[in-house]
Amino acid sequence: MSLDQLYQQIILDHSKARHGSGLAGIEAPEGANTGQSHQLNPVCGDEVTLRIAVENGKVAQVSWDGAGCSISMASASVLSELAEGMTVAELHNAIDSFREVLRSRGKVSADPDLLGDAAAFEGVARYAARVKCAMISWVAAEDALNQAA
Amino acid sequence: MALVSTPPTLERALPVMDNAEVLRIRNDFPVLNQLVNGQPLVYLDSGATSQNPLSVIEAEQEFYEQRNAAVHRGAHHLAVEATEVFEDARQTIADFIGADYAETVWTSNATEGLNLISYALSNAGLWAAQGRGDAGLKELALNPGDEIVVTEMEHHANLIPWQELAFRTGATLRYIPIDDAGSLRMDLAGDIIGNRTRVLAFTHASNVLGTINPVAELVGLARKAGALVVLDACQSAPHLPLDVKGLGVDFAVFSGHKMLAPTGIGVLYGKQELLDILPPFLTGGSMITTVTMERAEYLPAPQRFEAGTQRISQAVALAAAANYLTETGLDRIHQWEAGLGQRMVSGLESIPGIRVLGPAAGQERIGLAAFDVEGVHAHDVGQFLDSRGIAVRVGHHCAQPLHRRLGLTATTRASAYLYNTTHDVDQFLDAVAGVRAYFRA
Repeated sequence: MSLDQLYQQIILDHSKARHGSGLAGIEAPEGANTGQSHQLNPVCGDEVTLRIAVENGKVAQVSWDGAGCSISMASASVLSELAEGMTVAELHNAIDSFREVLRSRGKVSADPDLLGDAAAFEGVARYAARVKCAMISWVAAEDALNQAA
Repeated sequence: MALVSTPPTLERALPVMDNAEVLRIRNDFPVLNQLVNGQPLVYLDSGATSQNPLSVIEAEQEFYEQRNAAVHRGAHHLAVEATEVFEDARQTIADFIGADYAETVWTSNATEGLNLISYALSNAGLWAAQGRGDAGLKELALNPGDEIVVTEMEHHANLIPWQELAFRTGATLRYIPIDDAGSLRMDLAGDIIGNRTRVLAFTHASNVLGTINPVAELVGLARKAGALVVLDACQSAPHLPLDVKGLGVDFAVFSGHKMLAPTGIGVLYGKQELLDILPPFLTGGSMITTVTMERAEYLPAPQRFEAGTQRISQAVALAAAANYLTETGLDRIHQWEAGLGQRMVSGLESIPGIRVLGPAAGQERIGLAAFDVEGVHAHDVGQFLDSRGIAVRVGHHCAQPLHRRLGLTATTRASAYLYNTTHDVDQFLDAVAGVRAYFRA
């Protein structure tokens, strides 16, 4: 498998232009329920703090701060973009599906209808050492969502 | 300089190493002869773990094929043979580091060695408080008000055991800071190491910066303060001639797997008079004289610290590794690797956006270089290099405080050994030069 299949264009783009990045600068909508989760990968030092605001059963906003590799940062960016507007159940469903693909060692293909740009992370599943990089913001999102919903 | 003094037995008229010799050496290492991602493997991660030559692999295999038995027990032929090669291996390692036989203790690795020392020291306090053991234990016990000194560049293995020893004894942990270039602030060391200092623990050579620390000067300060000196020799024992008695340290530790041997075996050196009175860390079989239902008496060192069935085949393999290094000549290896380290650093410094940690080109360093690539995370750098068959380490290299001090969370580290050519380094530099463009940094 080539490097370009791991670092898909979408991933490199999102790692530079990070959607939802900057917790301090983004205020949660008034009246929304929020949940926030901090996740750390002690192996590489990747860190993500992610906040989800839920309003009327829908994800109104995702914002986050993080430091880490391009995979982890792009994954947080893609997640933020994808999650906004989803119902709580839809986001849970997307997180479950993303996890299944990432943990499959390449055996399960991503469903682009469900995962959108996040389907680009399918190739990461073949790099065992990088799966946690892609997962870290999704783990944070799951935790934050449970608090907010 | 005393810290890399060459024992007379190693002095030989062999020429300096060159690529042709390294290519012959490389033939002894089967694992290096493979393609990774379609490219010949360039292994530059020996600072993490080194590869094994055939003589080491065969030594372990031969032990299992011909002599496997428990040592120090049983009167049968195999048990006698196993004990002989096991103890011969100890003598080989003692000679390798300039220690005496009984001062050479097997451990699983350097981490266990450091934990052993720290637990033996807190046990010394427990024993002394109850009047148990040698009267000298009182001198070794740590109490509130006492200080343990480490450095800011330590591997976690030479930091956390001392944090925990401070916690158990009420002693205070202090450290010698580093400057921006990664050198120890020796101007401050004299104030930090003082009358309260009971233990000074530091690394001989930094696994991140590549610096070789001024052992003689530090030992001098510790002697003046009456402190014990613990040397982490993980990055020195495999790469340069080590003479623990010449250095004058009280304890030294290193791991076999970083010096051509298998994992699971390490060495603790300790001065005989200390090892013989210190309470054991692990207790159980093989380390006792008399046992009743109430209590036990312990053997002197080294058995005192070798509870349970030992890592026999690994010890035999470690001795084979030491012989391999001695035959090649550690002074020659050191010189060759230092040249590779310089080639790495001067090459890296000429690539835009690269920040090398530790000494600049032209200044002394061992054969490794850790660096930051502006705008690209170390994990991505490592992945990019792997796609070209180049193996390096990424992350904090078990030195989070050091990275934090330098304003970084993760770096990429290339570390060479006697089987690396200048071509390996050039391949690596060529790949690093392409990283920022690939990630559009």
